[in-house]
Amino acid sequence: MLGYILRRLLYAMPVLIGVNLITFLLFFSVNTPDDMARSQLGAKYVTQNAIEHWKQQHGYDKPLFFNQESVGTGKITETLFYTKSVSMFAFHFGRSDGGRNIGHDIVQRMWPSLALAAPVLLLGLLTNIILAIVIVFFRGSYLETGGLILCIILMSISSLFYIIFGQYFIGRVMQLTPISGFSGGWHGIKFLILPVVIGVIGGIGTGIRWYRTLFLEEINKDYVRTARAKGLSQMRVLFVHVLKNAMIPILTGVVVIIPSLFLGSLIMESFFGIPGLGSYTIDAIRTQDFAIVRSMVFLGAVLYIAGLILTDISYTFVDPRVRLK
Amino acid sequence: MSESLLLEVNHLSVGLHTEAGYKKAIKDISFRINSGETLVLLGESGSGKTMTALAINQLLPAVAGYSSQSQVNFKHEDLLSLSEVQMRKYRGNKIGMIFQEPMSSLNPVFTIGQQIGESYKKHTQLTSKAIKAKVLSLLDAVGIPAAKKRMNDYPHQLSGGMKQRVMIAMALAQDPQLLIADEATTALDVTTQYQVLQLLKTLQKNSNMSMLFITHDLGVAAEIAHRVAVMYNGHIIENSNKENFFNKPLHPYSQRLFDVLPDIDKRDRLLKAIPGTVPPITDTLVGCPFANRCDQAWEICHKIFPKLTKVNEHKVACHLYTTDHVPTSIQHDKQTVLKKNKSSGTILSIENVKIFYPIRSGILQRKVGEVKAVDDVSFILKKSQTLALVGESGCGKSTLGKSLLQLVDSTAGCVNYQGRNILQGKNSIQLRRDIQMIFQDPYASLDPKKTIFQSISEGMKIHGLSNKQTLLSEVDRLLDSVGILKDYKYRYPHEFSGGQRQRICIARALAVKPKIIICDEPTSGLDVSIQAQILNLLKNLQSTYELSFLFITHDISVVSYLADEVAVMYLGKIVEQGSVYQLLEDPKHPYTKILLSAVLRAKKEQKTPAKLTGEQPSPIEPPTGCYFHPRCPKAMAQCKKEYPKKAQFGENHWAACHLY
Ligand code: SF4
Ligand code: SF4
Repeated sequence: MLGYILRRLLYAMPVLIGVNLITFLLFFSVNTPDDMARSQLGAKYVTQNAIEHWKQQHGYDKPLFFNQESVGTGKITETLFYTKSVSMFAFHFGRSDGGRNIGHDIVQRMWPSLALAAPVLLLGLLTNIILAIVIVFFRGSYLETGGLILCIILMSISSLFYIIFGQYFIGRVMQLTPISGFSGGWHGIKFLILPVVIGVIGGIGTGIRWYRTLFLEEINKDYVRTARAKGLSQMRVLFVHVLKNAMIPILTGVVVIIPSLFLGSLIMESFFGIPGLGSYTIDAIRTQDFAIVRSMVFLGAVLYIAGLILTDISYTFVDPRVRLK
Repeated sequence: MSESLLLEVNHLSVGLHTEAGYKKAIKDISFRINSGETLVLLGESGSGKTMTALAINQLLPAVAGYSSQSQVNFKHEDLLSLSEVQMRKYRGNKIGMIFQEPMSSLNPVFTIGQQIGESYKKHTQLTSKAIKAKVLSLLDAVGIPAAKKRMNDYPHQLSGGMKQRVMIAMALAQDPQLLIADEATTALDVTTQYQVLQLLKTLQKNSNMSMLFITHDLGVAAEIAHRVAVMYNGHIIENSNKENFFNKPLHPYSQRLFDVLPDIDKRDRLLKAIPGTVPPITDTLVGCPFANRCDQAWEICHKIFPKLTKVNEHKVACHLYTTDHVPTSIQHDKQTVLKKNKSSGTILSIENVKIFYPIRSGILQRKVGEVKAVDDVSFILKKSQTLALVGESGCGKSTLGKSLLQLVDSTAGCVNYQGRNILQGKNSIQLRRDIQMIFQDPYASLDPKKTIFQSISEGMKIHGLSNKQTLLSEVDRLLDSVGILKDYKYRYPHEFSGGQRQRICIARALAVKPKIIICDEPTSGLDVSIQAQILNLLKNLQSTYELSFLFITHDISVVSYLADEVAVMYLGKIVEQGSVYQLLEDPKHPYTKILLSAVLRAKKEQKTPAKLTGEQPSPIEPPTGCYFHPRCPKAMAQCKKEYPKKAQFGENHWAACHLY
């Protein structure tokens, strides 16, 4: 098992290097350091001097990959690629183009992201599984048809509608929750209720339909017939035999996104004014702060790979047939 | 044995709601089972056996429905009038059930202890400690060694035979009065099948339990039945006690079922195959359901349905026994005597072939061991003869077959064909033409998106065997020779039945005019009546085209009918080889002896086989010395130490055993 994890980590390295290199090339081929300086400084003060000054201040005054003027290892290390991109492997994200410490920001802002994303995931999972099982239990009846139609309706509505409608109706008209905002600690919960509810509802349609297919697939398997031939009730067959088997694809599908919860949700966070990493990224894109965007892309890749490894590990817990070697 | 009535099925009819509307499937069947008695429900696939079993327990899928006259009386209580909740008190309690596929019938994520214990939780008030003790004694009773440890195993950790034992334990947990076994031994190897049947018989004797045993296998029926009921197209067409049925089956279909069984006595002629296929169960035919396949049918058979009527001790549904009119012009099949090709020398010589798979482990995936799938195998295939490679699942026979076409890589050794080693290097086009293969699953080996014309003509085009003008007539000729109407050539594989698909695969193999055909269990997925058609076809083709067959199978009766020579494999090694007569009539190796005696015969007196204990070991760590010693009844001290050398008996017959 340990050997397996180490090997997976080793395999992850080339992927990360690739991601790193590609994002670096993309960013610096569309956008030279001069362009960056110009857009940061604004139209007013653009002189060549000011640009050079800005570049020096923010560390963009080096060549991309190879520094002719430097000596020894400096030829490699004193380059943009090394200082801005390779350093991320040590989680040194450096300073943003606006001058902020990105690493510090990330640590600060990931907790609000998690405070929103984690409850959405857990509550969503719970509601979707229960509703999907109920629909499967009543298969062949009008309840099933009705439920499925409702799912499709819910799926077809844009999530923006849920947000705007929720903010207007629940926040403004009924004044049950604040429209937006955030604060730490327990009294911050009131800010989270609305976005969590909307997040859960937004995912219900797709979730139920997906879990329903998983359950239906299991329900036609031979072991279900065996369980029924034992005299077990429908309830026990569904909630014990079928659920435990269907949990294998469900859980592993969930585990893969758990690490990425830290990154938050771009749209929800900016609409509800939650100071998480999602709104951080949106803001960075808006202000063209590419240092932040690059850091977030890299972080996303790292967390996704972590998710994949966790998925493999979680298989060994839920599926007795899987042993990692 | 008390002779009281336990189960009485009266006028049971089951219909299916299909896309084409409501169709009758089980058509008004009645039968009874006394306590302590085993009724075998015999029939080919699609005859309605399984549906009948599920109907008794009310486990039919939602698309099925009962007719209003249907009655299933269990000790005079009509089960069909019970609610689902009341029915649960019967299921798993008074009526136990075993299914065909032990692999998929157990829940993969619960331990076997949990799954058996569940039955006690449902039907008794026992404490969990008491349940554990019960489960333990049950596992002991069905012959699972080290039950205490095994209890915590998951199904995938057990072999097929062990899983079926677990299924039996589960079905027997509440000492049911009726056990329904649906093809319970079909998926098992012959030696395991024999063990499981003996187990069921012993358990039945101890508890006076009744059984409804569903099978397609006459040999199994002969072994376990007290009574036999034959099903065809959803009807019961014959019902009799075992002795009468096996001595003198009355219904023409039952008689044919015996005729189609391959056997050593029938080697020199074609089997009396039943033409056509079993009609779909949802078809309700006018007249006798068997009329269009019956060689004794006359006018009345196509018009009036023959009712099940009593003839002496028998019950049979056939006009032959109820009308005075005996048809005058019965056409008896001419018994074609086959000319036997004289063999002229070697066509393929297999020398010391080894196929090992590495087992890797650790961070760097270093090789830590090997699976010895095929371990130093040599034999010679003679021209226009059939060599059968026999063994139980996992013995390496299929792997060896595939390696000849380089479908798997070999580790060492060589296979000589026309002076070349065909295991190494890129094989010439000519060679790929000369050796063809037919597989067990004909559907998987035909491209579903190609018409059969395309599939068959493909090889001919590649090998330049035909030009545009002759291609059509050539394909027609091939289809004709395998018994498929040439008008069907633009159809797709899914439009054919399993037996027809296998014919198409054979036509495709023949298209390139091969010299050798490797047949990998080509009939084991087919019903016996269809198997006979295919075996006849192969036999005919062999004498017409002078083909050589390497026939890979686990089925001894097929071997006895088709093979000229036989090689028996155990754990990757050939343990005995000889001509079919030498091997079947005078087997030398203890494993061959056990294997042969475990084969259940429909007609002959059954010999009691020497008891084969334990499981086939893993080919990763084969036992020291003779691989068979842990299970061999004759094992000696020497057997643990060294692998036995070949002992020769006559010119071509040898066995690797220290006894000789
Ligand atoms: S009733 Fe006629 S067709 Fe049917 S089995 Fe008897 S003889 Fe054959
Ligand atoms: S060598 Fe020994 S163990 Fe092997 S088959 Fe012969 S008697 Fe049995």
